[in-house]
Amino acid sequence: MLALFYFFVAVAIAIGIWQVNKLLTYRVIFKEIKDGKKIITFENDDNPIATDKDNDLQGKLLLVFLIGFYLLMGYCLIFLHDIMLPGSASVEGEDYDNLYTITFVLIGVVQFITQGLLYFFGYKYKGVVGKKATFFADSHKLELIWTTIPTVVLAVLILYGLSIWNDVTDLEGDEAIVVEVYAKQFAWEARYAGRDNELGRGNVRNIEGANTMGIDLTDANSVDDIPVRELHLPVGKKVVFKFRSQDVLHSAYMPHFTAQMNCVPGMVTEFGFTPKYTTEEMRERKDVIRKVASVNKVRQAKGDDPYEFDYLLLCNKICGPSHYNMQMKIVVESEKDYLIWLNQQKTAKELFKL
Amino acid sequence: MSEHHHKETFVTKYLFSFDHKMISKQFLVTGMIMGVIGVLMSLLFRLQIAWPEHSFSIIEAFLPERFQSEAGVMKPDIYLALVTIHGTIMVFFVLTAGLSGTFSNLLIPLQIGARDMASGFMNCLSYWLFFISSVIMVISLFVQAGPASAGWTIYPPLSALPQAIPGSGLGMTLWLVSMAIFIAQSLIGSLNYIVTILNLRTKGMTMTRLPLTMWALFITAIIGVVSFPVLLSAALLLIFDRSFGTSFYLSDIFIGGEVLNYQGGSPVLFEHLFWFLGHPEVYIVLLPALGLTSEIISTNSRKPIFGYRAMIGSIMAIAFLSTIVWGHHMFVSGMNPFLGSVFTFTTLLIAIPSAVKAFNYITTLWKGNLQFNPAMLFSIGLVSTFITGGLTGIVLGDSALDINVHDTYFVVAHFHLVMGVSAIYGMYAGIYHWFPKMYGKMMNKTLGYVHFWITAIAAYGVFFPMHFIGLAGLPRRYYTNTNFPLFDDLANVNQVMTIFALIGGAAQVVFLVNFFMSIYKGKVASQNPWKANTLEWTTPVEHVHGNWPGEIPEVYRWPYDYSKVDENGEYIFGEDYIMQTVPLKAGEQES
Repeated sequence: MLALFYFFVAVAIAIGIWQVNKLLTYRVIFKEIKDGKKIITFENDDNPIATDKDNDLQGKLLLVFLIGFYLLMGYCLIFLHDIMLPGSASVEGEDYDNLYTITFVLIGVVQFITQGLLYFFGYKYKGVVGKKATFFADSHKLELIWTTIPTVVLAVLILYGLSIWNDVTDLEGDEAIVVEVYAKQFAWEARYAGRDNELGRGNVRNIEGANTMGIDLTDANSVDDIPVRELHLPVGKKVVFKFRSQDVLHSAYMPHFTAQMNCVPGMVTEFGFTPKYTTEEMRERKDVIRKVASVNKVRQAKGDDPYEFDYLLLCNKICGPSHYNMQMKIVVESEKDYLIWLNQQKTAKELFKL
Repeated sequence: MSEHHHKETFVTKYLFSFDHKMISKQFLVTGMIMGVIGVLMSLLFRLQIAWPEHSFSIIEAFLPERFQSEAGVMKPDIYLALVTIHGTIMVFFVLTAGLSGTFSNLLIPLQIGARDMASGFMNCLSYWLFFISSVIMVISLFVQAGPASAGWTIYPPLSALPQAIPGSGLGMTLWLVSMAIFIAQSLIGSLNYIVTILNLRTKGMTMTRLPLTMWALFITAIIGVVSFPVLLSAALLLIFDRSFGTSFYLSDIFIGGEVLNYQGGSPVLFEHLFWFLGHPEVYIVLLPALGLTSEIISTNSRKPIFGYRAMIGSIMAIAFLSTIVWGHHMFVSGMNPFLGSVFTFTTLLIAIPSAVKAFNYITTLWKGNLQFNPAMLFSIGLVSTFITGGLTGIVLGDSALDINVHDTYFVVAHFHLVMGVSAIYGMYAGIYHWFPKMYGKMMNKTLGYVHFWITAIAAYGVFFPMHFIGLAGLPRRYYTNTNFPLFDDLANVNQVMTIFALIGGAAQVVFLVNFFMSIYKGKVASQNPWKANTLEWTTPVEHVHGNWPGEIPEVYRWPYDYSKVDENGEYIFGEDYIMQTVPLKAGEQES
């Protein structure tokens, strides 16, 4: 990487020298204009209009640029592949991954072709004095083709996308575990609904002492709620999150589950998914191993401890100076382990001595 | 024009001029100064992203001591302030006023054949309001607690509560005042543009003989008039919440150890109002650039623009759709998912007119006789970044896919390419192309080439890899990523991007040198240096009040009769261009 840096510095210096040289070719010219006044101009022999020589050089440069651009695209696709998020770890994310692949293949192909045509035409039809351009102002047939094709392709994408969106945002069903995620500058808290799977009311006006989430302790549903500082989720069970915020907008972003929802002060928002892999299983997936290796290579060079994969909840809506450090660990485990963990946590009744 | 010469003083000629050509130069230079500030800010925060909490002497020199946590390291809230003001300045002051203000003023009267704008006074007023709002925005950078820092979208409650972030105090107040004045100037300007285009066209200049530049600027002005007032109302309600204790956007807030006395409001309302302008704003920025480019590509391909009517149609379709897609910025805001479906549908429809435009540009190049002056290169660059950036819009506009890339660097890459870089390219193309009309001089071509190539490489060098760190899940507006080991392997990519950004920033110095040197030392331009068809090239090189010394010319044909041949394959008038003022030859069909 450092080598690349020096390379660019060298290029910058070379360009600098070239340009200073260029400026040295300018001559100061004294011109006399009609009423005897003298003016000084500063010019070289450049013709300000593009000549054949310019067109030839610039046309070739466009072609070189195209090749360079293809190489950049290829480089990013191959070498930056490992740094990207692994395939989704939620059941709902499977469709997401499909749509993602389809969309990216599609836009990749279109990008490849249209950029190719654009720069190649630039090269092929570079200007030559005396050459006649073809007067070609209209073709209803062509225009019909390139209106229809995008329309059809987009119709398919829209329909597929909307069917996924409907599935993902459909939170009906009694089986789901209800969890409240509570955001504030600059930390996350959470609350499980407990035995009745029904969250007690919450409002910032109830915040007092240890009751940092403003749980309404007079609400009967609150009694068995379980406030926690770390999220544990059972694998294979649908979880519905209810999001609240204490102060400003936050966004609960759980990138590995392809899940995100804003936390809005004054209202409750919701989102849900079904975890597909436990944390342990995820750590053994090939794409995760590659990602972890890529992280650890950098950490090793810095002399940091090796990193181990964990699911994360992070804030993804600008929320104040420490926005960049607002995270909570998520553990996905077997239902048995999850229940053991949950039973070790104190309920609101125990915590607040109701 | 009458022989009567009114005496011009320095004040009436250079300061409070009613002449649209002078006003356009005022817009351009003010926009350029704001642009320099905006770009420098981006370089400062790019340094922080690439080398977090590293000490830089340039940061130590540029930022006041109270903005640094230790010598040469910016504080986290100042990082956010830089990001915020960079966005505000680039979107509004450079790409709205600097681009549309400059070229609407310069070109509308010249290309439709009018002596001046419908109201010279309103035009002058519009510039001076822009100037005042720029000054207030710059002043806000120097307030004690720092400028506005809630992101350029200034979502409340963050932007409403100084307890939440220091920049939401006086800095935010000044931001709102500046933007309110800015919106007023934009509305005054837009109304003037619309009236001028509708009423002051010369004889023969029917709507279907207008250059595409005019169509683009016309439709842009209409979108501006429709959507800017909504931002004004959003800003006013925010001022009410901040200063007069109302609760339009605020409810149930506990901050700084106490419950605030707000109830019943919703930040989602602000998001709706903001993006009702915010999304059309993208097209307010982009359409003028596309309009300028249409003209430049056609002229320098020596070919008519392909599908003139389809181009007008797609401008209109884009403009219409742009006002009903704002919700795609809010898929994860907590808005009803059904509403999300509607916005997905309308958003993806925009891809169709956009695709038509892109294909039409490419076809215009086909079998042309391409003249690669810097303006043409920047136009080709625009088409390229417009495609690259536009395609990723298909990912973001699809609510199902947006969930996981929302507010990540993928979005930053997308909009910088599709509206930032594209619009800046359009603006540069316009400056290189119409510089002879503005200053009567030619810009240096070689420096123009150097400027283009370094900029083109740097722009993709910064924004192409940025997609991938977004797909790695990296949220935008993070002061540093070092708290997440997950993102440790993105540091290298970020460093490369910053290096490209520095190179790209340096390349703009080449442009500035070229621009100011050419004003004074450039070669004197001929009347029609690019051999173009439109009316502005029938005016004398030296500016006169009223644009044409004699009668206003009459128009007989559309503006794109390039390389038109008769049945023998010979140019009809012996040259590969026929100006709009040339009557049809006997037997010639109007194109």
